[in-house]
Amino acid sequence: MPNVSRRTVLRTLGGAAALAAAPAPAEARAPRPPHDDDLGLLFDSTRCVGCRACTVRCREANSLPEDVKLVDGVPYDAPIDLNDRTLTVIKRTSDGADGAFVKAQCMHCADPACVSVCMLGALHKGERGVVAYDVSRCVGCRYCQVACPFNVPRFQWSSATPRIVKCELCRHRWREGKGAACAEACPREAVVFGPRAELRAEAHRRLEAEPGRYQGGVYGEREGGGTGVLVLSAVPFTAMGLPALGSEAVPALGETIQHGIYQGFVAPVVLFGALAWVTWRNRRAGGGGEGER
Amino acid sequence: MTTEARAVGGRLLTPTFKLMLVLWAAATAVGVVRFTQGLGAVTALNDGYPWGLWIAFDVVVGTGLASGGYAIALLVYVLNRGRYHPLVRPAILTSALGYSVAGIAVMFDVGRYWALWKVPVMPWRWNTSSILLEVALCIMAYLAVLLVELSPALLERWITVEHPRRQAFAARWLPRLARALPFVIALGLVLPTMHQSSLGSLLVVAGTKVHPLWHTGALPLLFLLTAFGMGYAVLYFETIFSNVAFRRPLETRLLGSLGVFIAGVLLVFVAVRFAGLMGAGRLGLTVTSGTLSFFFWAETLLLLSAAGLFLQQWVHASPATQLQAALLALAGGALYRIDAFLVAFQPGHGWRYFPSLGEILITLGFIATETMVYIVAVRRFPILAGVSLTEPERAPAGLQEGAAS
Repeated sequence: MPNVSRRTVLRTLGGAAALAAAPAPAEARAPRPPHDDDLGLLFDSTRCVGCRACTVRCREANSLPEDVKLVDGVPYDAPIDLNDRTLTVIKRTSDGADGAFVKAQCMHCADPACVSVCMLGALHKGERGVVAYDVSRCVGCRYCQVACPFNVPRFQWSSATPRIVKCELCRHRWREGKGAACAEACPREAVVFGPRAELRAEAHRRLEAEPGRYQGGVYGEREGGGTGVLVLSAVPFTAMGLPALGSEAVPALGETIQHGIYQGFVAPVVLFGALAWVTWRNRRAGGGGEGER
Repeated sequence: MTTEARAVGGRLLTPTFKLMLVLWAAATAVGVVRFTQGLGAVTALNDGYPWGLWIAFDVVVGTGLASGGYAIALLVYVLNRGRYHPLVRPAILTSALGYSVAGIAVMFDVGRYWALWKVPVMPWRWNTSSILLEVALCIMAYLAVLLVELSPALLERWITVEHPRRQAFAARWLPRLARALPFVIALGLVLPTMHQSSLGSLLVVAGTKVHPLWHTGALPLLFLLTAFGMGYAVLYFETIFSNVAFRRPLETRLLGSLGVFIAGVLLVFVAVRFAGLMGAGRLGLTVTSGTLSFFFWAETLLLLSAAGLFLQQWVHASPATQLQAALLALAGGALYRIDAFLVAFQPGHGWRYFPSLGEILITLGFIATETMVYIVAVRRFPILAGVSLTEPERAPAGLQEGAAS
């Protein structure tokens, strides 16, 4: 066996370990908090009566086809969940008096998982905090769907040229001076559109005016690093199907680990240099697999 | 005794090869539907389970099984265990095939496959926080490295043929390749270290969906360790397969001493996993998670029993036990990866996934294609080495019977 010093081996393995192991105290990535003038929605579940006017108006505003279901042979536009043609839908948490209405749609996170994972930035933070989609940068990998804790992005499964479909807060209407169509349609101010600072103030005004009406504060103020859509509820948020998120942004842990390993691309380069040197030296010493015949 | 690699030779169209062709044709038919009607027409994928069999098996498990080239290169060139050199070329070939299949599987899986070219050529669009981007670029680069590592097999064939221009080309490039080898090999080690660990990192972001028995910050390390474990185990499988199929000599003693490496890797994997669970106070979950507890213990016991058998090889080497040990390790590693991506992936109420017949047929088609290319390659190109044979037998009897070829 041609000589290979223990130190060489240890050095090489040490490099590999440094590259692979998650360095626990790696510098946490800087938080990206929400801005006061980010646009968003306030959804007050206690005011919602489940009329679904928001779903219908959303369809019109975004020129999406109906999701027709036959009930006893009669056709209804009745989406049961978000899908490739439905950007928002009202669901019921359970039947009976303790149930609540839930508005499903993109939460427009301040620091979104879908944006963090998207390879070419098809999903990106656009103007005024909206999580926007640019199909020209999308390869259809669907990592956004894997990453989103709210299961929001939907995929056109029955298309040969599919896109990701999700709420973009009607950003195509902003130039006309219009906001989100769903808020415009709501007859009970259960859905309110506006800048984050105003929505937060309104949410707290409602909480203070009728404290007995609500449970658990304002969802989205801190959850997952803050979301553009804020939620008020009479039932626990987890019962509404909202994930129990800490105040850390969803992509923070993964990015901290990854950036810790690849900081400045130092570890891969060092590992490459060490391996090339060891291989070269082994070969010159007549080893490297060519020896021992 | 010689380590020179030679072409095996012999007939190509064996019954097994014809069966592979049938599978390939079936997969092609399903593929036509997928590309004209969309993914929904042939797959059971849905918005809760956007990644299914093709990603979890063809890509994540497939590149794990294709880590033989990675594992053997580390052993031979870095740790300088030259006696394992006969294993290098077949391992590089199966790695190149496995990674090619993974690449093609991605083409089938992504919705907008025609836009994939943008990923490597538009650096100004790169989202550097995307782990998938790193995986994609690394896998593309590694495939290129594997082809460079494999190119001497083609050039060595050219240098012997009666074709002056090919001969001259080979004569010019073989020495250059030899000089560049240390850098190519180092790259061929760094790239898999990066993307095999990052395959695990992919799941870190899905903290609300991946079950806590699988979700941990150590995912990258655990995936890297399974790449090593599966990579070494696959070497056994390949050696024993080429013995049965092509009557190549067994390397029982050689592989016996390798057993300690694999046993060590597998034991470290289990130790890291349990340490992580203990640190997070999640040990109880290993018995309270129902079906998922079962899968957790299935993985653990497969890997532990493989480690036991591999350790035994150190003392008493036997090909039958080596095959068992290798299969246990491969099964354990593959199960861990499938569990992490599919079984332990729980997007919420009401979502279900089990691969459709179409998905399974396409995966079988990939495996068939891989097998056919492997058979053609080892029969026509100098891949397999005749370690203990003085003259390689031409068209051995087993091939006419179509043993396992």
